[in-house]
Formats: sequence, C-alpha cells, structure tokens
Amino acid sequence: MATLILRRTCLTLLAVSAAASPALAEDTIKVGALLAVTGPAAFLGSPEVKTLQMLVEEANARGGLGGKKVQLVVKDTGGSPEKAISFARQLIEEEKVFAIIGPSTSGETMAVKNLAEEGKTILLSCAAAEVIVNPVAKHVFNTPQKDRYAVVKIFQHMKKLGVTRIGLLSSNTGFGKAGKEQVERLAPEYGVQIAVNDVYDKAATDLTAEVTKLKAANVQALVNWSIEPAQAIVIKNARQLGLAIPIFQSHGFGNIQYVKAAGAAAEGVIFPAGRLLVAGGLSDQNPQKAVLLAYKKAYEARYGEEVSTFGGHAYDAFHILVKAVEQAGLDREKARAAIENMKGFVGTAGVFNLSPADHNGLDLGAFELLTVKDRRFVVLDR
Amino acid sequence: MFAELFFQYLVAGLTYGAIYAIVAIGFNIIYNTTGIINFAQGEFVMLGGMTAVTLHERLRLPLPAAIAGAVLVTIGVGALIEVTFIRWLEKPSVLRMIVITIGVSILVREAALLLWGQDVRTLPYFTGDEVSSLSLLGARISPQVLWTLGTCAVAVAFLSAFFKFTMLGREMRACASNRDAAALCGLPTRNLVTLSFVLSAGIGALAGCVVCPITYTQYNVGTGLAIKGFTVAILGGLGDSVASIAAGLILGVVESFSVWVLPTAYKDAISISILLAILFLRPSGLFGAKGSR
Repeated sequence: MATLILRRTCLTLLAVSAAASPALAEDTIKVGALLAVTGPAAFLGSPEVKTLQMLVEEANARGGLGGKKVQLVVKDTGGSPEKAISFARQLIEEEKVFAIIGPSTSGETMAVKNLAEEGKTILLSCAAAEVIVNPVAKHVFNTPQKDRYAVVKIFQHMKKLGVTRIGLLSSNTGFGKAGKEQVERLAPEYGVQIAVNDVYDKAATDLTAEVTKLKAANVQALVNWSIEPAQAIVIKNARQLGLAIPIFQSHGFGNIQYVKAAGAAAEGVIFPAGRLLVAGGLSDQNPQKAVLLAYKKAYEARYGEEVSTFGGHAYDAFHILVKAVEQAGLDREKARAAIENMKGFVGTAGVFNLSPADHNGLDLGAFELLTVKDRRFVVLDR
Repeated sequence: MFAELFFQYLVAGLTYGAIYAIVAIGFNIIYNTTGIINFAQGEFVMLGGMTAVTLHERLRLPLPAAIAGAVLVTIGVGALIEVTFIRWLEKPSVLRMIVITIGVSILVREAALLLWGQDVRTLPYFTGDEVSSLSLLGARISPQVLWTLGTCAVAVAFLSAFFKFTMLGREMRACASNRDAAALCGLPTRNLVTLSFVLSAGIGALAGCVVCPITYTQYNVGTGLAIKGFTVAILGGLGDSVASIAAGLILGVVESFSVWVLPTAYKDAISISILLAILFLRPSGLFGAKGSR
C-alpha cells in the first residue's frame, strides 16, 4: 500500500513537473555563469558573478532578453578545471542554457572549449589567454584584452626609455606562463635581451634572492608577470635592495589592494591595463568613458567595493550577448553569427570589432599604460 | 662585488629562514605535550595576521595593542578548537588526530574567507616602511627581518625556560612522554593539552603578525606557511624549538644560494630533497638525538 501511494505521488510529481517545465522554458532564457566564485581565483570570479547578477536584474527589469526573463544559472568552479568540465556538461546537457559566460581562468576555459563546441553552446570566456580564441572555435569567444598586446605595450615603452636588458620574473601559474612566453617571443623584435628569466612559486612569501640575481645581472628594467600577492612582494624587495630601475607589471596588477599592500614600493610601477581603473581621468571624447563610469557607479553603489577590470570582462560578455539577441533573436546559431560579426561594440575592456577570424575583437588600443602615483592608478604621461 | 652578492644572498636566506622558523616553533609546542602534529598551525598564523590587521585598520588600535589583541583572539580560537574537537577523545590515534586537525584547518580557512573575503591585507612595517632597509656588510636587509628574528629568539627563550624551569612546563612534558602515567600522578592531562593549544595558538598568532608586513596575509596563507614550517620542524627534530630555528635558517640560506646558481624553479625541489634526505638518513632530525622517536 505504502509503495503504491509513493509510486502514485511520484507519478503525480512527474506529471506536474512535465507540465510545468515547458511553460517555464517558454518565458525564461537560461544563461550559465561558469565562474570561480570561490577558491584561489575568487578575485576573478567574485566580481564577475556579482556583475552578472546585477546585469541580469537590470535586464529583467527592462523586460528581459528577446521578450523572455533571463535566468542566471551560477556554477562555482572553485577555479578547478575538473569542476569546470562537469559543470559545463550540466549547463549544456541538463540545463540546456542559451549561452555560458565564463570560465574565469584560462586553464578552465581550455578544459571546456571542446565541450562548448560539441554542444553548440555559445561560450563567452572571461579569461585572457590567446589559445582560447586562436585557433578559432566556432562557439568560443573571450572578452579580456590579449596577453600579447600587454607585452607589446610594455616593450614599446621600453624602447622609448632605451631599455635593452631586462630581468623577467613570473609565477608558476597559467597566467605567469602565458605572459612569460609572450615576453620571450616578442623580446627579439624590440631588441631586448632577457638576462635573467626565473619562475617562482605562486605562494612565494619573499623574493629577495631573486631580486639579488637581477641586481647582479645589471638589468635595466624588471618585468614581473603574476596575479598573486607575490607581485606586490617583488617590488618591495627590489626597492629594499636599492634597485632603482623601472618596474613593469602585467595587467594582473590592476587591483588597488596590491598598491595598498606594497605601499611606498608601488610608486612608479608601470603596467598595461584597460581604462576602467582610470575612468574618471579620461577625456570626454573617449568613447569608453560613459560606459566605464556607468558600470563603475552601478557596481560600487550596489556592492560597496571597488570595481575591478575582471568584473568588467563579465560585463562585456553579457552585453555582447544582449546585443546579439537584440539583433538576431533567440536562435542560437543566428545569435552566434551576430556575435561573430559584431562591430564597434563599446565595452569596458575596449572597442570590440569581432570577425569570423578574430573571436576577441580587441586591438592594441584597448590597453593603456598606467602607473601608480600617490597610491592611485593614473595614466602614464608620455 | 662577489662578497657583496654573497652577503646579499645570505641576508635573503635569513629572511626566508626567519619566516620558516617562526612558524615552525608553534608545531613543537603541541607536539611536546601531545605527541601529535597540529595541521591547523598555519591557520593560527593566518588568524593572528588577519585579526591584527582588522584591529589596527578597523578599530584604529595602535600596532602593539592590535598585535596583543590578535594573540588573545587566536588563543581563544585555539582553546575553543581543542575543547570542541580534541578534548573529549579517548586515546585518539595519530591518524585520527591528523584527520581532525586537517579538517579544523579547512573549517577555519573557510570561516576566514566568509569573514574577511579574499583580499590581500597587510600590517605596516614595525620600523620604517616598505622601501627602507639597513645596510649590513654591503648587503641590505629590511628591518622587519630583524624584528622577525628577534621575535623568534624571544619566543624560543621563553619556551625553553617555560618547559625546563616551570612546574607547568614540566607537567606538559610529562604529559607528552606518558599521558597515562602523568594522569596517574594526578596531573590534569586534559587541561595541559588545552594549554598547549593555547600556547601554540599564541605563538602562531605572534608569528602571523610579525611576518605579515613581509609576506602579506590572506585567508589562505596558512597552508603555504605551515608546509614550510612543518618541513623545518621535522628537519630540526620535532619538539625542539632551538633546533627549529637553526634548521629554518639553514634551509632559508640553502634555498637562497640555490637561486644564485640555479633557476628559481628548483628552489622548492631542493628544500624537499633535503627533507627527504634527512628523513632517510637521520629520521630524528638534524639536531634530534639518535634513536629518539
């Protein structure tokens, strides 16, 4: 008897859910957020997910996407590629999302690149590595500026300073490795010799010995490529040793907490970054200024914390998706084609001009060289 | 130039070593009383640093008061952990204790993430600032390294005196060498174990505060610091704080000189190789008596 009742209840539930789900599917459109909300890459995923939650709420208040309410399905990967794979499967096969925004890191993105391709699901990655979009995969896009352009910006400035002999330090992470490779590849083009080229552990607590090595090698500039606290440690150690050479950092330095942490040592550090960090100081002619200030104001008012470029990558991804749906409607393939051919989209990272051969769409002009002055980010005067 | 470089690498090694040593000391105290390794020791270091930063920045306490407050708070957490998770266990096996302390460390780390978020924080330098350094035989050293070494020395002097000359210290050692016999002699063994957690939490927190300006602090720094601290504690011989300091400085200097001649990437490989060699050749540690444990 009990089994019978149980069975009947189950059947009823099934019937009810079967009846309910198509109705639900008709007025909502699911967007997956596959982000490292916690874990070691939380500084990326946390502002990204907050940004998306804010944008989805705004979009729904304006009537949703293509006439449907947007439902954000958040999956926290914790920064692990393995989790990213299984969550990506869930999003594509079970949730049948319209598109996925994320993952936050390059390693995770490469792990799910093929899944998105096979599942014919639009993937808008918030990670920067060039391999994500080169070779091009039909459904895979990314919104941050390319590593290569960050390195080009640095080398162009070195040329101006007459620097020909540098020391390169990087952390043993995907980000550090990708940057190191770009620096090594582009150095000969700019006539720069890498005299010291060392990789340190991402959890490094002090780098005095590494800096001593640079001092002994008589380098004219230091380039450091990492996203960990080590990037704020290395500049302290360099200045403590009396090393007065210019210090270049990657775009990973674009987080004011590292400036606070390095204090006096952060003064004068040069690094390439998007314009979000210096939005207030841009000229009114800059097409990005209005977008940047609007995002900054909305985010900071809502979350009471400083906006970061990483959240900006999610902002750009969501708006690219919105614009594509506005143009092409809720057909996946048509929306994908609309993204691929999008021109002149003004985002937080720069002005996007996508094409079938370029699934990133940003050029060198998306980066600005910044420096630290009186514990704040300012555009470097040239 | 060569001599100058030599001293600079030596000083860099002392910086590494000072950080390792001060974290290692905390491992010895609990080991001395209970014979177990507390894998949550790194979390005490993190809690000390994070609490001090909060007290200093949010409540605007002066630095010494913030550090004292952080030590007290961490002591409270240490006692709470012992009373909640360890005290009621009857003769726990080593394996069980390892699993429990690892579990506690994850718990504390996640709580810290919820409480403080993932931001990197730091205390101001005790003397000077981020760029100041003292000149020593042509090499430059941050004053904070001297503070760390000094704190190591004071902590070890205090602990040695405490364990050797006070009744309470002797009781704690009795508790370690044979808990049943100690209990039969009327010693309050459970309270002594709690006291050992209190002491090591206090020392850990102090370590966290003094290294914080050099290494920064974040909810997850505990693990990394604990791994090196643990390596050093084993290298010196578990339970001996003076040996820990010596081993810490030796390891730091070896690592630093390895950077001179080899790519930095080999630094950790070298320290782990040394650890393995010691475990094979002298299982009781560099300075441990042969045949002990």
